[in-house]
Amino acid sequence: MTYILGISAYYHDSAAALIDNGHIVAAAQEERFTRIKQDCRFPVHAVSYVLEEAGINLDQVDQIAFYDKPYLKFERLLETYHAMIPKGLASFLSAIPIWIREKLFMRQELNRALKRFGTKIPPLYFPEHHLSHAASAFYPSPFNEAAILTIDGVGEWATTSLAHGKNHEITVLRELHFPHSLGLLYAAFTAYCGFRVNSGEYKLMGLAPYGQKNSKRVKHWKELIYEHLIDLRSDGSMLMNQKYFEYATGLRMYHQKRWQQLFGIPPRQPETEISQEYMDMALAIQEVTEEIVLRLVKTVIELTGCRNLVMAGGAALNCSANGFLLKQKLFDQLWIQPAAGDAGGSLGAALAVHHIVNGNQRNIVSNNDQMQGAYLGPKFNSDDVTRTAKRYKAIYHTLENRDELCDIVSDLIADGNVVGWFQGRMEFGPRALGNRSILGDPRNPDMQKRLNLKIKYREGFRPFAPSILESEIKNYFDIDTISPYMLLVAPVTSKLLNSLPEKYDELPLYERLYFQRSKLPAITHVDYSARIQSVNETTNPEYARLLRTFQKRHDCPVLVNTSFNVRGEPIVCTPDDAYRCFMRTEMDYLVVENFLFNKKEQPNFKERTNWKEIFTLD
Amino acid sequence: MSFLRDLYGFFMTRKKFWLTPIIIVLLLLGLLIIFGSSSALAPFVYTLF
Repeated sequence: MTYILGISAYYHDSAAALIDNGHIVAAAQEERFTRIKQDCRFPVHAVSYVLEEAGINLDQVDQIAFYDKPYLKFERLLETYHAMIPKGLASFLSAIPIWIREKLFMRQELNRALKRFGTKIPPLYFPEHHLSHAASAFYPSPFNEAAILTIDGVGEWATTSLAHGKNHEITVLRELHFPHSLGLLYAAFTAYCGFRVNSGEYKLMGLAPYGQKNSKRVKHWKELIYEHLIDLRSDGSMLMNQKYFEYATGLRMYHQKRWQQLFGIPPRQPETEISQEYMDMALAIQEVTEEIVLRLVKTVIELTGCRNLVMAGGAALNCSANGFLLKQKLFDQLWIQPAAGDAGGSLGAALAVHHIVNGNQRNIVSNNDQMQGAYLGPKFNSDDVTRTAKRYKAIYHTLENRDELCDIVSDLIADGNVVGWFQGRMEFGPRALGNRSILGDPRNPDMQKRLNLKIKYREGFRPFAPSILESEIKNYFDIDTISPYMLLVAPVTSKLLNSLPEKYDELPLYERLYFQRSKLPAITHVDYSARIQSVNETTNPEYARLLRTFQKRHDCPVLVNTSFNVRGEPIVCTPDDAYRCFMRTEMDYLVVENFLFNKKEQPNFKERTNWKEIFTLD
Repeated sequence: MSFLRDLYGFFMTRKKFWLTPIIIVLLLLGLLIIFGSSSALAPFVYTLF
């Protein structure tokens, strides 16, 4: 047995992953345990959990991998400040003390943090940030050979990397370096449209379909982006005009005055109403992003001569771009790491040490990937649930027969109830895939509004995703592959669509949103698309059973699946978290393993603190 | 010691020796800040300014 512990920390979304001879034993994000969204501190709880899952302590771990090279990052910081001097002094003065105190001494910092888990610290390795992403994309994939594309904000120097994976080796072929970064370009638009950088990017993506496609404004703004903000080359590489950006030296993403002059609108203030201009801006940058990713994919396929593509890095979570890529038919197969962000870097770093440093061959046994459905987190037993019930004096019903449980839950969902569904191991990565999910009936015309405003307490425009039985995917969506990790967007099949009224595009946002576009209105976005999760009977038998029951009893193999949390809260981890979230919202029922909680039967729920103040808006 | 070994390895790999004085000055400043806050060394630090 060879255990390797992977760690990502000190930037955002800390996580730990443990592999045993290349097999993924466990992986989890620190935020789920500390309840602090994108917690960046050393992942004490996550490390503790992954070791516990394997039944070992740190003394039995053979190697530790940290997901980036701190010295190389420091070199980038110094060179950037040097190149931009005298600009960036404020940023320099705020960043350098942290580096001098902690980050430059990362080995010592990690040793100190890890001491509590054992008596000796195993050898430490520091694979590069983008190599960690590339490893997280290639090694767990079902391919023996693949073209690898990783895109994010920035690692050490690299912001995009094109690589070739074959057997157990990864060869980096090309890199795009800071300050030229697709991730940072998208983040600048995220900030300009009033969302938080590093967490609001997916909202910008959700907003883009409300933009008026082919309108004069969108076309004009795309031209402005190409002309003034970026110099895009045919291979997908680009230079960003630093006159318009401040992220390299300042504490803001964009140069406000110059952007305002260029686009003619001021930055949107967070939480204010979203006007059509910002929707068009979201669409313009989404279309530019898709063009850039398309060129990069063409290049990496050309360079590697390989028609299997794997992707990771924060930009790989842009499922609209992924869906767009799929339509282009540039490759035979696509696999995207479900924990594509920095959390997944912990897993990638561990796998990089196993295959590259230790030289171990891969063991691909079937067409399945090695992620085990991304169900790599903790699970809880009946004793844990009864303890929670006791603590809150909660009333519950125990249903030992799983078929009976699924019958009851599917009937409740069909009656318009919203159900919290908590089963088995927690998901690794940003998506809830049916083990920590809130479920509803996609045919219900009020479901989207209700889920957004009364359950999730988030912006009304935000779309919801469907879960569907893998065997039914082609009957409901125009897609010719599976989408197990909710990372692909595809159109709802035409036979389910309703025709649009005249001048639909000119209607206000919420009138467009609440128009019943299809037979599954809750999961059909304004552009008729959906972010699909296909559920496999083997990977998640319990969730598949519920979907099958819903189909049998109510003639629909689709459910609305949204993550089990409220806005700004990390997805629930324990039965305690789930019960608290259930009681804070207008959710109707909660199912934790075999226990069913009915909201109407619960005692009064009082909390000492106001959760709306604890969870900062994202 | 491991820090100095890592730093040496970094310089030998990257060969960006022009960064050496910057890093040394920053590290000395860092030491000054750390030890400057402890009472035993404070008088020596004050005399430097």
